Amino acid sequence: MGSQGGFYQSKEFLDLVKSIGEARSKAEEDRIVLSEIETLKRRISEPDIPKRKMKEYILRLVYIEMLGHDASFGYIHAVKMTHDDSLLVKRTGYLAVTLFLNEDHDLIILIVNTIQKDLKSDNYLVVCAALNAVCKLINEETIPAVLPQVVELLGHPKEAVRKKAIMALHRFYQKSPSSVSHLISNFRKRLCDNDPGVMGATLCPLFDLIAQDVNSYKDLVISFVSILKQVAERRLSKAYDYHQMPAPFIQIKLLKILALLGSGDKQASETMYTVVGDIFKKCDSSSNIGNAVLYECICCVSSIYPNTKLLDSAADAISRFLKSDSHNLKYMGIDALGRLIKISPEIAEQHQLAVIDCLEDPDDTLKRKTFELLYKMTKSTNVEVIVDRMIGYMISINDNHYKTEIASRCVELAEQFAPSNQWFIQTMNKVFEHAGDLVNIKIAHNLMRLIAEGFGEDDDNADSKLRSSAVESYLHILGEPKLPSVFLQVICWVLGEYGTADGMFSASDVTGKLCDVAEAYSSNETVKAYAVTALMKIYAFEIAAGRKVDMLPECQSLMEELLASHSTDLQQRAYELQAVIGLDVHAVECIMPLDASCEDIEVDKGLSFLDGYIQEAIEKGAQPYIPESERSGLINMGNFRNQNHHESLHGLRFEAYELPKPAESAEPEPMYPRETYQTPVSPIPSNPSDAGSAELKLRLDGVQQKWGRPTYTPETSTSNSTSQKSVNGASAVNSTREAYASRKPQVEISHEKQKLAASLFGGTSKPEKRPATGHKVSKASSHMVEKSHVPNSSMEVAPEKAAPAQPPPDLLDLGEPTATSTAPSLDPFKQLEGLLDTTQDALAANSATTASRSPDVMALLYADTPIGIHNKDDADLLSGLSNPSVTNMAGATARPRLSQSSSKGSNPKDSLEKDALVRQMGVNPSSQNPNMFKDLLG
Amino acid sequence: MRHNPEEAQRHQKSESGIPAFEAPENPDFPFRLLSRMIHFVLLISRQGKVRLTKWYSPYSQKERTKVIRELGGVILSRGPKLCNFVDWRGFKVVYKRYASLYFCMCIDQDDNELEVLEIIHHFVEILDRYFGSVCELDLIFNFHKAYYILDELLLAGELQESSKKTVARLIAAQDSLVETAKEQASSISNIIAQATK
Repeated sequence: MGSQGGFYQSKEFLDLVKSIGEARSKAEEDRIVLSEIETLKRRISEPDIPKRKMKEYILRLVYIEMLGHDASFGYIHAVKMTHDDSLLVKRTGYLAVTLFLNEDHDLIILIVNTIQKDLKSDNYLVVCAALNAVCKLINEETIPAVLPQVVELLGHPKEAVRKKAIMALHRFYQKSPSSVSHLISNFRKRLCDNDPGVMGATLCPLFDLIAQDVNSYKDLVISFVSILKQVAERRLSKAYDYHQMPAPFIQIKLLKILALLGSGDKQASETMYTVVGDIFKKCDSSSNIGNAVLYECICCVSSIYPNTKLLDSAADAISRFLKSDSHNLKYMGIDALGRLIKISPEIAEQHQLAVIDCLEDPDDTLKRKTFELLYKMTKSTNVEVIVDRMIGYMISINDNHYKTEIASRCVELAEQFAPSNQWFIQTMNKVFEHAGDLVNIKIAHNLMRLIAEGFGEDDDNADSKLRSSAVESYLHILGEPKLPSVFLQVICWVLGEYGTADGMFSASDVTGKLCDVAEAYSSNETVKAYAVTALMKIYAFEIAAGRKVDMLPECQSLMEELLASHSTDLQQRAYELQAVIGLDVHAVECIMPLDASCEDIEVDKGLSFLDGYIQEAIEKGAQPYIPESERSGLINMGNFRNQNHHESLHGLRFEAYELPKPAESAEPEPMYPRETYQTPVSPIPSNPSDAGSAELKLRLDGVQQKWGRPTYTPETSTSNSTSQKSVNGASAVNSTREAYASRKPQVEISHEKQKLAASLFGGTSKPEKRPATGHKVSKASSHMVEKSHVPNSSMEVAPEKAAPAQPPPDLLDLGEPTATSTAPSLDPFKQLEGLLDTTQDALAANSATTASRSPDVMALLYADTPIGIHNKDDADLLSGLSNPSVTNMAGATARPRLSQSSSKGSNPKDSLEKDALVRQMGVNPSSQNPNMFKDLLG
Repeated sequence: MRHNPEEAQRHQKSESGIPAFEAPENPDFPFRLLSRMIHFVLLISRQGKVRLTKWYSPYSQKERTKVIRELGGVILSRGPKLCNFVDWRGFKVVYKRYASLYFCMCIDQDDNELEVLEIIHHFVEILDRYFGSVCELDLIFNFHKAYYILDELLLAGELQESSKKTVARLIAAQDSLVETAKEQASSISNIIAQATK
């Protein structure tokens, strides 16, 4: 009906669109647009342009801006257009400004006035247009200008206006919560609006509010539940049906809200169980929207206080998702699994093969989601396989954003669950090698600390083994070209500290490598500095050990270069190195003690070594230092001044001056003449200043404390695995029963996958799970038993075996695992059917009571406002909701319409007519994409 | 979707000082300001040409171009059987292809992707009803109408109306009002013309 309304633009505009459509390259398109911009610039500033023409110019501006060009020269004309009286013109103006301007644009101030006026208009369409603009353009500063009108519009007779006013108020709340905090009760009130559209829109702000402060909205649980129930029972107008589902978008929003309200609240959750269970049953899992609602149900179930029946339904839904051929559903299944395993960890095991298939899927999105799931289910038993997989994937991608994320996840998992030092070092090496420039520098510091301090156990032998394995791997890695800077810093530091400690490598080996580093990365001063300091340490250790130091020629040339370096830092390091080499054994031992990095640096806070000097000065007539706190008149402010004063003691300040404070003005006391400050004694306070020591210590304290194997990890891992076992024992009984029920012949699952599954899922429940299914599989399962009982130390082998062993053919047998896993889904249905009878009775009873009860409840909810109005509102809502005409007929009638539209979609006549019309307008369809004429829904 | 008061504060700060808002190098930046369901809507043709863009989070023109280029590259090169979701800078982009046109919406990580897929379909169905078996050309030449329809469907990045009928009724009301306004204008000018004769 609308298409005849189109094509009314001028020939010029159509030509523009057409020529851009036919442009063969981006450059050509840009040229056309630039000349269009020139034309528009000229035309738009002409005087007395007819409105109709102006409207077209503005649309042309929208068009060129949509193509990515700057149309800012015309913004002001769009703003002017909003002032127009005619709705036709005004609407275009509002459309253009909402597309052009962000809320911080200077021109907005020119629109606020118009918006104010339009919000008061008699014509609701004008008000709607203005409200659309309000949502996009009104910023924090201008909220007060329109707020009263928007609030007034909440009671507008037209539902479209009320809906938009609610959305606008929601935006205000998002932008500046304080500006509308007194109006929040309006959202509650609108929840009972008799128009479902307004009620649906109100759910958006309520969701936000509840997410912030759950407890203030617990009273609404009953209303939300009853609304959801009514929606699910098709009590809403048929217009809200979507693909035979009753108002699914509203259902989803309500489920999201219930998930928030029921989280960790048993009482609230219990009121939700029936309705959520109902929706589980009613969802049509063959349609996409049905699955969307199902997914939301799973999210809700995994968030609220757990209920076994609902968890079972959720698990069923997940297994249907995972077994589906659709990648979308698999993806949602993996996501839902990640949510549910928090509550029932055993559920992952049923789906292990499906998960592994997703992991090996060529679809990146699916793969990433699966990694997310694996990340959530990592334990000390499967950390090696998972991290190994993650690193493999990390190396293969180019997307820096995701690379950073996955790298930090690898590090996190490795720190939490590492089974051995060796493995940890190797893992970190890989992460640094491939994503070193992307990870947080803290991680590097943490690694150095670990190598220096070991695991905190008193086993020096293990520590030195860790160090030498690190040194060995680093010397090896240095051969690789182009290492990230952060990683090189770690390497240099470790080589400097421990390069020659175990005597496996000679000083000349290590120094040679360090010189190579400094040379190869000559543009990176930080790395160079690390290398020079490392050299100094190694030479110092050599001297201390009484060996003769022979500087390599390349090292000497490096020193010569650095002594003349432009960087003062490098220069200083080089001079220090030179000086250290010239010293004798005793002196070197004092400056560079072996393995000193772990020693705590003790700060002599009292600066006692200066005592003699001070004594001397006092004898010469200098005034003794009086701590600030003891100076008269300043006692009260002592604390206060200490806080902002210690920084100024350090000399140069680089920040701007602070605003003067009262304490500052009271500073100079007549009792202490200027000279006191100038004596050498005064700047050195004999009383310790806490701040100074804190600053000195910073280097040691800032480092992450996560690495704590002896305390944290073993506890969690053991408790995990025990709880795991007991639950698995329970689930295993189920699954064997299911396995008997399945009549499908078992297809052999590839060996590699099984191995991977065993190593990923721990395989604790495997032995019980598989035996009944057939000869081949039982063989495999016995293999898994072996696998799963292998002690940790030999698990190291598993990743190497499992990881590279994915021959491409495996990727193709996506269908295989479904055969094995279809079995479990059959049985739960039977179980559900059994339950159905009892629950249905209960439901019927429930629905009868809630219908009669809810008005009272609603009235109680809003007792603070006039009751009369509310009762009416509620009654309206209910009468609106309880529209009896909605029955299954809705589904029946909707179907033919849909098929109609699809047949209409493929109607060639329509397309031909359009084609002819376009030709008539002088636009020839470019032969390159005849698709343009294809109906989108066809 | 969660609203964070700290972020709101940061937002306040950046707004009071106007230049502070300029952070074109980091496209993630505007997202942190406000939480919402849909961050932007893009319609791209199979050839990578932009047919419609709607930004619900603030973006500079430069960032917009970058986003379109990046996403166009990712989405157009995806095979037909893969999922309709893509990870992108910590967000999700849900897309669906209709004939030669890709409809894309950018959402937060923890939103319901299937729901957004249906919002896209909902939009297409409304377009279809309005234009009468809509095709890409309809949107090319009537992009402003597509914008009006989108404005009735989504507001501030949230789904404002889930009833096709309501949206259609509103759009029809606007269209008819425009028509009557035109008629009235001409009739008034006729009256004036007659009166001044």
